[in-house]
Amino acid sequence: MYQYDNYDQTIVNERVEQFRDQTRRFLAGELTEDEFRPLRLMNGLYIQRYAPMLRVAIPYGLLSSKQMRMLAHIAREYDKDYGHFSTRQNIQYNWLQLERVPDILADLASVEMHAIQTSGNCIRNVTSDHFAGIADDEIEDPRPYAEIIRQWSTFHPEFSFLPRKFKIAVNGAENDRAATQVHDIGVYLVKNEDGEVGFKVLVGGGQGRTPYIGAFIRDFLEKKHLLSYLEAIMRVYNRYGRRDNLFKARIKILVYALGPEKFACLVEEEWEKIKDSALVLDQAEIDRVKTYFTLPDYDPDADKDHGCEEKQKSDKAFRDWVRRNVKGHKAAGYRAVMISLKAPDVPPGDATDKQMDSIADLADQYSASEIVVTHDQNLVLPHVKQGDLYALWQALDKENLATPNIGLLTDMICCPGLDFCQLANAGSIPIAMQINQKFSDLDYLHDIGEIKVKMSGCMNACGHHHVGHIGILGVDKKGVEYYQLTLGGSAENDAAVGDRLGPAIEKEKVAETIGELLQVYVENRIEEERFLDTYRRIGIKPFKERVYATANNTKESNSRGVKAVASH
Amino acid sequence: MRVIKDNHVVEDNWERVDELENDGPLPAGQVIIPFSYWRDNREQLISSGKTVAVCVNGDDETDEVARDLEHFELIALDFPKFTDGRSYSHARLLRERFGYEGEIRAVGDVLQDQLFYMQRCGIDSFQVREDKDINKALGALKGFSVKYQTAADGALPVYRLRGSA
Repeated sequence: MYQYDNYDQTIVNERVEQFRDQTRRFLAGELTEDEFRPLRLMNGLYIQRYAPMLRVAIPYGLLSSKQMRMLAHIAREYDKDYGHFSTRQNIQYNWLQLERVPDILADLASVEMHAIQTSGNCIRNVTSDHFAGIADDEIEDPRPYAEIIRQWSTFHPEFSFLPRKFKIAVNGAENDRAATQVHDIGVYLVKNEDGEVGFKVLVGGGQGRTPYIGAFIRDFLEKKHLLSYLEAIMRVYNRYGRRDNLFKARIKILVYALGPEKFACLVEEEWEKIKDSALVLDQAEIDRVKTYFTLPDYDPDADKDHGCEEKQKSDKAFRDWVRRNVKGHKAAGYRAVMISLKAPDVPPGDATDKQMDSIADLADQYSASEIVVTHDQNLVLPHVKQGDLYALWQALDKENLATPNIGLLTDMICCPGLDFCQLANAGSIPIAMQINQKFSDLDYLHDIGEIKVKMSGCMNACGHHHVGHIGILGVDKKGVEYYQLTLGGSAENDAAVGDRLGPAIEKEKVAETIGELLQVYVENRIEEERFLDTYRRIGIKPFKERVYATANNTKESNSRGVKAVASH
Repeated sequence: MRVIKDNHVVEDNWERVDELENDGPLPAGQVIIPFSYWRDNREQLISSGKTVAVCVNGDDETDEVARDLEHFELIALDFPKFTDGRSYSHARLLRERFGYEGEIRAVGDVLQDQLFYMQRCGIDSFQVREDKDINKALGALKGFSVKYQTAADGALPVYRLRGSA
């Protein structure tokens, strides 16, 4: 993985000192809350419902075991013994003291980590495919480019006070595993007709209150122009993005107000003027960064060990886990192992300090000391020998990290919601708990198969509800929590924004309603169809009818009941 | 009034005039007039042969400002709120694309934690907000010793430095 040189380390160290001074000035009253806010936000520090929350950057989700141990240390030393992995492949701590944040940043800097630009109206942590480097459908490893973008965007003098936050994702494989099309800029590595690899670029994707799938504005961009092209997009946005209304300030609003074609013209016009400047990305630098993303030395005999196949026959729990949580790998005899952070009794994405330490140890033992955070809020051990699967499973199971539910109903994306977040209108974690309670039968979950449930506690959509096969949005109706369901969303190659099912439903009925939706699916599915496929084939009507017919019947029978009582 | 200029705190007499009728006369003295005033009275001002100082805001088009650079002794860039970053682009374009060599001054909500970015974009004088300690702000100009990317300060991107090491 990438390793800091002197330049990288210096900038992170200097940032620690700068933030130490900013915090001191704030605490001394030299900076007002309004003046301190953007400074702390640019460093991932929010003032939340109960305590400050710190978001730590995990560039493109990649962690070493050493870094994971530091994350565990921070949870233990400064927080309540746990952290929350987010949909941005970052980690958040919820119970910190402001005065100690500079020390946390110093601890992070000691393992080449930081919290730079994890919030604020600037270019955020660059995200990518969690199977980068090991996927067999990969055109090229996206991480060197994500790292190059990370460096270019760090403390960018022109683009640190944008109209709004800005998210860039880079995907290098045929299958999009980075939700690329719902990013402000999405970059795909593609091969052109001459077999040359470059980038296909989209802009204006995003979730929040006005969801958009991004529009492609360039089909092929030579690698050397990556930074100049990004700079051209950023400049157009910085100059013309709306600043009068926070809710209309994201680039998607500008792109779709102008129309993607017009927007593309402005970008091209700007780009023509800067593409041959000092922004040209030298092949030497690409090559240098690439050398950090080499694969470990794989055991050429790894595929000869078939012990785990025998174990699967005799051990159903292990078999279930392999079926759901073990994924393919481009090296023979190797697997990518998903660590589920969606155990039924735990808020989705949370991990304790002890779990993090164990994961670090297991990464050292079984996965070349590497760990990847996924945007679905799980973790990956990317280099596991098939012969080690059984031992690894046993070790994970001991730590409550082997729930065999990857891609299933209970593998929900879930924002922190009303339990932590200042912005939330409704709880998310209690809904996750409710769903887990209702759907505890693993065989049923396996039968339902792949389904993406995504949940946000407010319309800012941190829980990606727009792109869930089933999306759940918490809303507040006169102080009561209600939940708006959407169906048919997707964040993958077939990206789509979900359709609204109907009026929001009561809190107690969320899991029950999902049960009804699944029933419609089971009754209608053909062969191996997933929920999403069936939905796309039969449309929203049967689902709507089932859910609201039941609701209306209950209402009618209730009102009849009332009448009957009244007439006596 | 004191401003930061060439890395020093100096006394300065330029005065920004915001309330100016666009058909009114040009005030006397060292005044910074709104760019919109220049736009409306352009021909007359050019024929008078005076150089002036203009204040450009986020809504102004850099290209339009660039057309008349030879007449501007100073260009002030307005930051109505420090979170409004449009003038960073103005500054870079004026320096890098249009080659303006006169003074570019940040005015408005100018605070120490932004000075480093402003300087990198080509702003070379700073009218720090009046209620703030300008000497402390001066210390913040230094910012980071490493710059990942190029800007109007001509910094080589770090990857070029690596290449030459």
